Amino acid sequence: MSITYLEAIREAQAKLLRDDKRVFIYGQDVGGSFGGAFKATKGLAKEFPGRVLNTPISEDAMVGTAIGAALEGMRPIVEMQFADFSSIALNQILNNAGTHYWRTNIPVPITVRLPSGGTKGSGPFHSQSMESLYAHYPGLIVMTPATVEDAYTMLIDAVAIDDPVVYCEHKYLYYHLKADSLPNDGIPVGKARIARSGRDLTIVSYSAMLHESLSAAEEIAKEGFEIEVVDLRTVKPLDTATVLASVARTGRLLAVGESFPWGGVTAEVIARVSTEGFHLLDAAPARINAKDTPIPYHPNLWSTHRPSSKMIAAKARQLLRE
Amino acid sequence: MLLTRTFEEKLASMYRGGRITGGVYIGKGQEAVSVACGIFLQKGDIFAPLIRDQAGRSAFGEPLVDVARTYLGSRAGPMRGRDGNIHRGKPRDGQLAMISHLGAMVSVVVGSLMAKRGRGEKNFIGLTTIGEGGMQTGATHEGMNIAAVEHVPLVVVATNNHYAYSTPNDREFACANLVDRARGYGFEGYELDGTDLAQCLDVIGSAVKRARAGRPPQLVVASILRLAGHGEHDDFSYVTDDIRKEPFAIDCLKRAEAFIRERDLADAETLQRWREEAAEEVENAFSAAQSEPVPSGNEEDWSAISRRDLVDEIGEGGSS
Repeated sequence: MSITYLEAIREAQAKLLRDDKRVFIYGQDVGGSFGGAFKATKGLAKEFPGRVLNTPISEDAMVGTAIGAALEGMRPIVEMQFADFSSIALNQILNNAGTHYWRTNIPVPITVRLPSGGTKGSGPFHSQSMESLYAHYPGLIVMTPATVEDAYTMLIDAVAIDDPVVYCEHKYLYYHLKADSLPNDGIPVGKARIARSGRDLTIVSYSAMLHESLSAAEEIAKEGFEIEVVDLRTVKPLDTATVLASVARTGRLLAVGESFPWGGVTAEVIARVSTEGFHLLDAAPARINAKDTPIPYHPNLWSTHRPSSKMIAAKARQLLRE
Repeated sequence: MLLTRTFEEKLASMYRGGRITGGVYIGKGQEAVSVACGIFLQKGDIFAPLIRDQAGRSAFGEPLVDVARTYLGSRAGPMRGRDGNIHRGKPRDGQLAMISHLGAMVSVVVGSLMAKRGRGEKNFIGLTTIGEGGMQTGATHEGMNIAAVEHVPLVVVATNNHYAYSTPNDREFACANLVDRARGYGFEGYELDGTDLAQCLDVIGSAVKRARAGRPPQLVVASILRLAGHGEHDDFSYVTDDIRKEPFAIDCLKRAEAFIRERDLADAETLQRWREEAAEEVENAFSAAQSEPVPSGNEEDWSAISRRDLVDEIGEGGSS
């Protein structure tokens, strides 16, 4: 048996709907026989009548409705058709859900699924990685699963958490990434994972960029260097301890992310290592992000805009020489 | 209405005396509409009020001391000093805590009503308020549309007080009448004169009944003039002399008192006693709240999420 990252997301939702009456799925085209733009809810509306509901094209109201239902004890999962469109719902996610526990002492257990990141030809409005933006605001957990197993267990974790969770699932991984089976238990939420052990350089990454980083590490291994790759899994909370422990072993840091470069996850990783582990560094830390332009349409432009294993390997070689 | 007017006059005077931090937002002129929004609600209903709804909040059961606590930042208040003034609520009691972004609460009420229906609860409704200013946001549009799509028992009471802060109606919307939108959304729409308490009670009470009976969502559009600034910092000098002469500029409280006197429902002595009782209740609320502890930055746990084990520990560095 082989299961994809996308199927893992569907299976997690099926399990959640089966096991917990409070769960329902709310989003554009998720219901009926259609099952979502990417088929992440395929067949679920039929299996769970009245609990997988199509909505109008109203991202703000989709999240607002989920908040209201969550306050009355439900565990809604909102599917954004593309992460990019969640900009319409920023107000509900950041200002309503994100502030509610702080203000009223009552948390808002919603999960917002964001089909994130770039694929060829998707252009500026169907390719964005918004984890850095959501992580900037207080009151939210931001998950960025990079493996089939994490896609499954972290979505189940997300729904169990009483606080709002932004679950960034990567579209590039939907079909390419496969596992033999789904796990019963995952790594605890908020803990990073050493995806590859090494001694010469630490690459900190997450989501699709983990795989580009692992490829770069394999390439560099042929040159006699062993790179350690840390998969953050959740970018908020950010597991600083695991990152610092890795940098303590390697003395060098490269942070890799697909979101835009100004601020964000890679900047945060470098800030934390520089402020809390300056003495661990043998070379200036480095980072690679997407470029500071909208995401291009043409594959030639897109593949240069987005960090690739080749770019990561080049930067790693530079760091290893220092 | 009288209690709200008395309370808010005291609040405004405290603001002028520098005794309130932040803004003070009062509902002067809107008390009749607002009280009618709260008075028909029952336990199990959902109320999402806005900034000029003290009368409705009180009618739905919010203790005045909680209002005083929120304005004074008392730790015993529902917001514990973390949020202030009109940004307060007790969601577990069906009183949602508004955010400042207008229209955001409409869809939240829809979701709460869907959850209640899903649980098999009966005979509940939700009521939310908006102004003619807030009617123009995308969130209100999305919220009203989704309310009708989900066919939830919702009443939206929109009060046209003729100014969005300082902007008059002609720069707010270009439709002939806001109530015409009801049809476009799949709501049933009604209008009322918000200066007339009897009409407010009749029209809003009927809308609540229809929503409870399973009719489509209800839109009630009330017309009044805001008889104060947007907040107490605002001298509302932009309100023209002409508009002050309009019938909708009548003070609803004065009109209600005149109605009571005309019908001989209460004599002058009784009215005076009501005023004194209201003043005493207001004094009690403020004196109770004033004696309570306020929050301290050092004692605060600074966690924006309930899962303490998932709080992101952000060091400031400098030690290594």
